[in-house]
Amino acid sequence: MDRMLDVMAIFSLLLAALVLVSVRREHIRVEYSVSWLAAAVALLILSRWHGLLARIPVWLGVPDAPLAVLIVSCGVFVLVLYRLSLMISRLKDSNIALIQKVAILEFNLEALHEKVKAAR
Amino acid sequence: MKLLVLIPAYNEEGAIGSVVQEVRSVMPGTPVLVVDDCSGDATIRRAREAGAEVLALPYHLGLGGCVQAGYRLAYEQGYDYVIRVDGDGQHDPRDIPRILAALEKEGCEMVIGSRYVNGSGSHTSLVRGIAILFFRAVLRPILDKPVHDPTSGFVGVNRTALEVFGRTFPLEYPEIEALVVLQRKRFRFLEIPCRMRPRQAGRSTITAMKSIYYMVHVLLGVFVNVLKYEGRRK
Repeated sequence: MDRMLDVMAIFSLLLAALVLVSVRREHIRVEYSVSWLAAAVALLILSRWHGLLARIPVWLGVPDAPLAVLIVSCGVFVLVLYRLSLMISRLKDSNIALIQKVAILEFNLEALHEKVKAAR
Repeated sequence: MKLLVLIPAYNEEGAIGSVVQEVRSVMPGTPVLVVDDCSGDATIRRAREAGAEVLALPYHLGLGGCVQAGYRLAYEQGYDYVIRVDGDGQHDPRDIPRILAALEKEGCEMVIGSRYVNGSGSHTSLVRGIAILFFRAVLRPILDKPVHDPTSGFVGVNRTALEVFGRTFPLEYPEIEALVVLQRKRFRFLEIPCRMRPRQAGRSTITAMKSIYYMVHVLLGVFVNVLKYEGRRK
């Protein structure tokens, strides 16, 4: 159990470091790094706070701590993925609106050019 | 009265020219707008050569996004009615005046050219036929009236519907969900019998493999739109 918690702590530190490096290199925008950093911090707290770890199996009604850790970790990542889905959906809507707007602007611009040409 | 004939097209170089010419011969003087969904072939050139104006999308959006772009442009340019005709030649442009007349006389927001009203149905695949039967059954209680051809893309809308569809329009397989969007707004639709022909060229984008995804996707879209109801009918 202790070894698993150590691995979890190292994993969460690596995740946080990876995200911070990516933000620094501008591979991830700051606003999109927040979910991952929050997930890393949540996992780190879970792996180091033994008192909390002892209570969670009782709250969840599961027989042992490793299963509880797994459930909580999955829950954290499901929340992160859900937030990403929200962002992707918003971005897709914006992209569609922008593509349509660009096409309409180009159409109007062409019509304007034709009018100018005809007037000359 | 300002009417626009809207033709969404994606890789339809084989049929688009003749479709535009047919529409122009039936409706002389009526502007024809081809909305090109980023085709990789000569659709744009053929459409222009045939006398249509072309709204060229810089990226592929799918049928719903393509039609919505046309609706947005039509609304911005002050059109009163838009009649959508598919770019593959399946719809007979000789039915356009009847759809327009129904829009004007009946005052409903949408008129659907239906291959099944008066038993005129033909030229549809087995898979599509099953999907139509399924969605007829699903839509019957939602719309509170029967709809015979919920997947028909031969559709006329008035300015009120244009305004709504400019803001809210399903992006993939839009026809069925569009009916529920209309119902949500308590708008009326009407079906009139229309002829359907085989495709002039190209292949349908809805293959047998995609049909299951289609049914699940549309069913979910219908369900979500039902949840968005802005008020129950009295």
